Amino acid sequence: MNLLTKLWRSSIGKKWLVAFTGLALLGFVLAHLLGNLQMFSGAEKINAYAEFLKANEKPLWLARIGLIVCFVTHIVATLSLVRMNRAARPDAYALKRSVQAKISTRSMALSGLTVLCFVVFHLAHYTLRLTDSRFKVEAEGGLLKSAHDVYNMVIMGFQNPLISSFYILSVGLLSLHLSHGISSVFQTLGLETKRSSIWMPKAAALIALLLFAGYASIPAAVLSGLLK
Amino acid sequence: MNLHLKVWRQKNPATKGALVSYEARNIPEDCSFLEMLDLVNEDLLSRGEEPIAFDHDCREGICGMCSLTINGIPHGPSETTTCQLYMRKFKDGQTIYIEPFRASAFPLLRDLAVNRSAFDRIQQAGGFISAHVGAAPDGNAILVPKTDADHAMEAAACIGCGACAAACPNASAMLFVGAKVTHLAALPQGQPERERRVLAMVRRMDAEGFGNCSNYLECEAVCPAEISTTVIGQLNRDYAHALAKESL
Repeated sequence: MNLLTKLWRSSIGKKWLVAFTGLALLGFVLAHLLGNLQMFSGAEKINAYAEFLKANEKPLWLARIGLIVCFVTHIVATLSLVRMNRAARPDAYALKRSVQAKISTRSMALSGLTVLCFVVFHLAHYTLRLTDSRFKVEAEGGLLKSAHDVYNMVIMGFQNPLISSFYILSVGLLSLHLSHGISSVFQTLGLETKRSSIWMPKAAALIALLLFAGYASIPAAVLSGLLK
Repeated sequence: MNLHLKVWRQKNPATKGALVSYEARNIPEDCSFLEMLDLVNEDLLSRGEEPIAFDHDCREGICGMCSLTINGIPHGPSETTTCQLYMRKFKDGQTIYIEPFRASAFPLLRDLAVNRSAFDRIQQAGGFISAHVGAAPDGNAILVPKTDADHAMEAAACIGCGACAAACPNASAMLFVGAKVTHLAALPQGQPERERRVLAMVRRMDAEGFGNCSNYLECEAVCPAEISTTVIGQLNRDYAHALAKESL
């Protein structure tokens, strides 16, 4: 029996799969933010970045496939764990009080599912460009100067307050998800010590907050007219 | 003091249970929670009704036999066992919900009594050291640093009451298993069987139908022995090491 089968068959092993794939997805969230923040450096910079990504098709698809595998594994392993956990308490308490569980921990399902919906919309919106007819080059009847005119696409996208609000709400819930996830990864992988159990949740919350500020800054800047 | 009780009554595992209301009258403030239930049972018996079944043994806070989920918290509002919980923690006229520890691995026997043998089976899977019996060894034949002894003792304080699994939204027993694994992993006597122990205990834990840790940290909040969730980190670490060694 190989290691992967053993991991899948044990509860702790499944948690590792969730932890490792979560870490990889966190890496993407960080890298994606750094790419996105180039919005503040002007159209040329971010459009050149988009062109650069598209020019390296092979590594791009390798990364994409890796991300999809991580994303699917993260969800499938979590669902399997949730099923086990539900089965472990078939009869609910009539009255159950939570003593010290954090809101981020208790809302993992809600935040995770919202982020899932958001990812589907976000891909259809900006990657596949299915939801907005303006996101085409001018020759095809759209408003983009070139296929890599990401700058104007993002500005047009976020000028819609509904889309911006959903985006900010989603990255907010993603941050909540990560503030639990980042500190949990260390516990699940057995890296936590008595001392780190004190500062780790605080560090995780800070990282999550910075991610939220970074991501939310772009729609906020568009809505406020700072970016146009 | 007078109290309104809502107590889970269930004749046997096969029948359906329900919360039943009782009035507990003239309860002395200084009696323990279990003594309060004794008084309620006396009253029930005098009226020819079936008394409430609940688990208890030493009533000194060390055996781990008493259970009960009181107002939604295993062992109730103080960080002790139920037997060490006194009625002065409650207000006169208060409504108190009393339910069993709920987990599929703790099947209900009757009313508030559940079968916690699953913990015994996890222990039997590996929570011990294999040593030759005979005369007691010399006190300092095996040297143990004080910090290691303290660390082992903190984990060994677990009385196996099951409150951790009862409090966990996932009904996970990982605080219990973590405490047992950490206790022996901290001592030289535990080293020879360290890997076999953690693999066997975790597999038994899964087979018994407990959930797994999502880091709610509810377990350490209700643990009467104040076991910290760092033992779960140790369990994860030891299991990783043992599984990798077994598979690679």
